[in-house]
Amino acid sequence: MHPLRRQRLAIVLLIIAGTAAAAALLGYALRENINLFYPPSDIVAGKAPVGRDIRAGGMVLEGSVKRASDSLQVSFIVTDYQANVPVTYTGILPDLFSEGEGVVVLGQLDAEGLFHADQVLAKHDENYMPPEVTDALEKAKSQSGAPEPSKPY
Amino acid sequence: MIPEIGHFALVLAFCSSLLLAGVPALGYALGHHTLLASANRFALLQMALVTVSFVCLAAAFLRDDFSVSIVALQSNTQLPAHYKFTALWGGHEGSLLLWVLILAGWTAAVALTGKHIPIAVKAVVLSTMGAVSVGFLSFMLFTSNPFERELIATPADGQDLNPLLQDPGMVIHPPMLYFGYVGFSVAFAFAIAALVRGRLDASWARWARPWTNIAWAFLTVGITLGSWWAYYELGWGGWWFWDPVENASFMPWLVGAALVHSLAVTEKRGAFKNWTLLLAIFAFSLSLLGTFLVRSGVLTSVHSFAADPTRGLYILGFLFIVIGGSLTLYALRAPESAFRPTFAKISRESLLLANNILLVCAALVVLLGTLFPLIMDYLDLGKYSVGPPYFNAMFVPLACGLALLTGLGMFSQWKRTRDLKTLVREPLVLALITALVLPFAWGEWQWLASLGLFFGLWLIFASVRSVVHQTRNAATRLSGLKRLKLSYLGMICAHIGFGVAVMGVTVVSLYSSERDLRMAAGDALDVGSYRVEFRGTAPVTGPNYAGTQGDIRLLRGGREVAQLLPEKRRYHARGDQIMTEAGIDAGFLRDMYVALGEPLGDSAWAVRVHYKPLVRWIWLGGALVALGALLAVMDKRYRLQRLQEEV
Repeated sequence: MHPLRRQRLAIVLLIIAGTAAAAALLGYALRENINLFYPPSDIVAGKAPVGRDIRAGGMVLEGSVKRASDSLQVSFIVTDYQANVPVTYTGILPDLFSEGEGVVVLGQLDAEGLFHADQVLAKHDENYMPPEVTDALEKAKSQSGAPEPSKPY
Repeated sequence: MIPEIGHFALVLAFCSSLLLAGVPALGYALGHHTLLASANRFALLQMALVTVSFVCLAAAFLRDDFSVSIVALQSNTQLPAHYKFTALWGGHEGSLLLWVLILAGWTAAVALTGKHIPIAVKAVVLSTMGAVSVGFLSFMLFTSNPFERELIATPADGQDLNPLLQDPGMVIHPPMLYFGYVGFSVAFAFAIAALVRGRLDASWARWARPWTNIAWAFLTVGITLGSWWAYYELGWGGWWFWDPVENASFMPWLVGAALVHSLAVTEKRGAFKNWTLLLAIFAFSLSLLGTFLVRSGVLTSVHSFAADPTRGLYILGFLFIVIGGSLTLYALRAPESAFRPTFAKISRESLLLANNILLVCAALVVLLGTLFPLIMDYLDLGKYSVGPPYFNAMFVPLACGLALLTGLGMFSQWKRTRDLKTLVREPLVLALITALVLPFAWGEWQWLASLGLFFGLWLIFASVRSVVHQTRNAATRLSGLKRLKLSYLGMICAHIGFGVAVMGVTVVSLYSSERDLRMAAGDALDVGSYRVEFRGTAPVTGPNYAGTQGDIRLLRGGREVAQLLPEKRRYHARGDQIMTEAGIDAGFLRDMYVALGEPLGDSAWAVRVHYKPLVRWIWLGGALVALGALLAVMDKRYRLQRLQEEV
């Protein structure tokens, strides 16, 4: 082969190999680190995987927040007013976390259907609602034709 | 009356931006000198009109004119006056007006200063910036008018500014960030002008370079301030979250960094011409994309305002026109400039090229992680979120490679490099040894800490070695230092800053101790050599809030080092929105960070206690990088060149 051609071929092969390696690495990093969102109805219906990192979200059911007396453990129920998912979390809750408000939790579901949250995210502004939560609530509403939840959002 | 004047001025500003975009362009097409020369006047007219509009809106805020919708939404009679003013950009409409004001400011600055630039080039540059301005002003007037009024049902008081934004950091963070974002429009406009004229010599790079450096410096400051603000204001002690909106500002920064370096090669060596043009286009396009991501509300983020789909569509359309239009122009014109300068495998050119590729790869990685959830959602494949582990896994190796090459680059020369090996040896060995030992300063040795510290130290030692090498022929070191060019010192300063930030990030990531625990009055906690005592809480009242203040003492060796007063505030006008104010004992080598969680009854509180070694180095590094970029602009070369061309 002509030396110039050989050099070009080498460069092309190098670029292809580099791109392939980068794509593989990217795909791997993405697969390991993306979290799918499940509304409460899907979790109760058994559509969410057990033991994997997932996100769930909805409204914090009024009257469901219970604190342990001797630790930072707290439990509450996330609802889309169709289905309820019990959540347990140990740590400090965000400022805007409160009953009857939107919340997104990140963690794993156990075999009993209890959600172990590693992270609790509340909204940052009282007029703002995470799009996933709005979506989940609307979907739950349209599936059942139930009346509006008591608190407007 | 005042809001009407502001609105009217805004409409006139829109007209002047249309003239600015159209008339000089027509003059260029016809080769008509008077029309070309009109660009300056239209740029200044636009600046004046937007300023009037901005002042009117500010007046509405300061006078509590709640008939203006956004004043009612974002302000309150109880809000302190300086926050009333900054509340202007605390929402979508007002922040757009700030954006347009800054764009008009940059345009006017180009009009006033660029006396050495040929009139035809300047006309096309100003016309391009005018076209960008048309896009934003029409967006404001048609979808998000800041002067919209509610005259019939005027509320008695406003809903107040989000307490998160009632903070000095918020006073300067958005303007700095916008200065940077919008500043890239100058480099973009120069690139477009070069393409339109088909004159792709090094001159456009020389003209665009100072502007790009300034814009990039501002963006650096803006991002650094944002990180610092998030750290002390959000109450969880993090300094970077890979939040989509952080990413939105980080992508143009990365491409901007590539552009700053690539412009240097284009100006000095006439190489990388096409590449530099593309970078200039993409740096600005990513700024626009950032605006789209933040303003359209498509992403869940600290920065999202309430969503309005028409706005998102409008910006998306605008983005499409800008990127599509400029790339088409590039495709039509760029190949004409095919000219291949030669350089060796190891030379300053090749190392800068590698640095550029790494920076662009990093920007692509961030872009993919940021857009992935949007794409999946759009394709109806599920609602995903991409977590920090993805970004860390992809970004950190690229940053390490970048650090390594940056150090090498400082010893390289144009075309080909000699004695690289001898120059590299000292800093390399020194960094290696120090990095192996240094982690013991924070406790247990970790190989990741050594690795990270090595890259940081390598950057710093290589910079110092480079200065020593540059001053080797001078009579004394001091006289040698004085003779170094500002642009060179700027580079050294920025690279040391990079190293300092790398060290900060490494140590704070690996050696922070973060404890969340229940504390009653009298409880204490030992963190390293420190003792944290919780003395109890007391009520506290502010102008528009009430709350609780914790009294926490920091002791070392039985002696009190600091009193920390973290607060939990309740802002009245926002339906008693709760806010955490952290108590921080800041230091050069470590921060002690305490924040109140929630009351647990029996005078006990959930308390967050963080020990953060070297966290300040991250922001110190950012500040040094920005300073370096600004130093380089002040180089005599740009001043001399201006003088010569004026004569």
